[in-house]
Amino acid sequence: MRGHWGDTLGPALVQHVELTAIAVGIGFALAFPLSLLAHRFRRTEHPIGVVSALLYTIPSLALFQILVPFTGITWTTVEIALVSYTLVILFPNIVAGLRAAPDEVLEAARGMGLTRLQVLTRVELPLAVPAIVGGLRIAVVSTISIGTIAAFLLPKGLGYPIFLALKEPTPFKTEIYSAGVLSVALALVCDAALVLLRRALVPWARRAA
Amino acid sequence: MTTAAEIVFDHVTKRYAGRDAPALHELSLEIPAGTFCILVGPSGGGKTTALKMVNRLIPFDSGDIRIDGRSVRDIPPVELRRGIGYVIQQIGLFPHMTVGENVATVPRLLGWDRGRLRSRTTELLELVGLEAADARRYPAQLSGGQRQRVGLARALAADPPLLLMDEPFGALDPLTRLRLQTELRKLHREVGKTVIFVTHDVDEAIQMGDRIAILREGGVLAQYDTPDAILAHPADAFVAAFIGEDRALRRLALRTLADVDLAPAAGAPAGPTVPPSTTVRNAVSLMLETGEERVTVADGDRVLGVFRLSDAGALL
Repeated sequence: MRGHWGDTLGPALVQHVELTAIAVGIGFALAFPLSLLAHRFRRTEHPIGVVSALLYTIPSLALFQILVPFTGITWTTVEIALVSYTLVILFPNIVAGLRAAPDEVLEAARGMGLTRLQVLTRVELPLAVPAIVGGLRIAVVSTISIGTIAAFLLPKGLGYPIFLALKEPTPFKTEIYSAGVLSVALALVCDAALVLLRRALVPWARRAA
Repeated sequence: MTTAAEIVFDHVTKRYAGRDAPALHELSLEIPAGTFCILVGPSGGGKTTALKMVNRLIPFDSGDIRIDGRSVRDIPPVELRRGIGYVIQQIGLFPHMTVGENVATVPRLLGWDRGRLRSRTTELLELVGLEAADARRYPAQLSGGQRQRVGLARALAADPPLLLMDEPFGALDPLTRLRLQTELRKLHREVGKTVIFVTHDVDEAIQMGDRIAILREGGVLAQYDTPDAILAHPADAFVAAFIGEDRALRRLALRTLADVDLAPAAGAPAGPTVPPSTTVRNAVSLMLETGEERVTVADGDRVLGVFRLSDAGALL
């Protein structure tokens, strides 16, 4: 097992973390401005939602097939597919978060003389944090899971040891189990970390009367 | 803390598209500086609309509103609103900020330094009947009455010359409402700002207002005067019905035995003894209940005089 760790599992874990971090990072960087746009201009929300939902219904392997002629068998192909999935998850969550501020709070803010930008930055965004972190949790966990399929394209990520092991005439079960367990462990750790992050950012929710 | 503004409504009209009756029809009102002015009326009377036009949350179609002679149209909305305290029924405290941060909102926007913010917050919390330690708590930890006190402190924070209040006590239980009404009146006597207060509760209006403006459906001003004058001489059948058939008794409730002339006490105390803080109405009620024709008014052991049932009639 230790030998496998150095050769296979260790690097696979690192690649998987990289894969996830890039996918979620880019997904968030795209979803956030789109959400602000949809929040400001209600009419754009539906079209954006429809496009991203369409992307999500395409099975990942099929999406890889569609992209390969354009972007080749590279990291980029995998990332494009993963980013589109995180986008679909993050966009509705961020938009819902921005809507979380109660009407009377917004009315009071406006009536007191906050500018529209100040209402966004001082009221709506802080109140959106729970929903945004919630969306990130789902996005991170699903990306870790879908990311194992990347192995069908590239010899990278935690899917690769599984893929390799399955190709042997007598599949080497330890490989499959360890890679699987590592993926699950990774997902749980990331989820827990995000929960701690939310608790740190949302002190008011902890102290209801 | 004695800045107060004069507000003038000048033939203000507002129509909503697709509706026959206007929300407000040629409303004209002069509210002298420091007045506690109440806008009261049935729903559809336009009272909340009129209030929200003062801080330009709702635009008006024609006419003008002037604060200390300056038209609200000439002041940029954000600047205008930072100079007016605004209190609403559901309060709208920012849940993600502490009580102290909520109260300091407008002063922070105006750039006050931290020391000044802190001392002002403490001063205001004590003014509205809370404790300085409450500044660290979150709105979710407070009761409804406490939250509305914070709402009031928040509105007063930057010492605005005008306060707009939209049915602020409507969501509270009757006991808390009564307590806050009394405290607000006391606060107003201390602080002396101009207040425009909207309510649909005619009792609240009579108890609290220096002047009352009754708006009927269609946004038409039915009567604008002191509570006593409206009760004594309702302008028309609508106002008479609105204030209630017992308006004579309500007028008597506006005065206490301390305010009226008492007949000298002769010999042993006659009838029940009551303190001078008793309203005339309650004294009459007591006399009817006990069958006595007079009550003795005494402050502790000191007898101040006698009040007779027939004296009550003379007051009207």
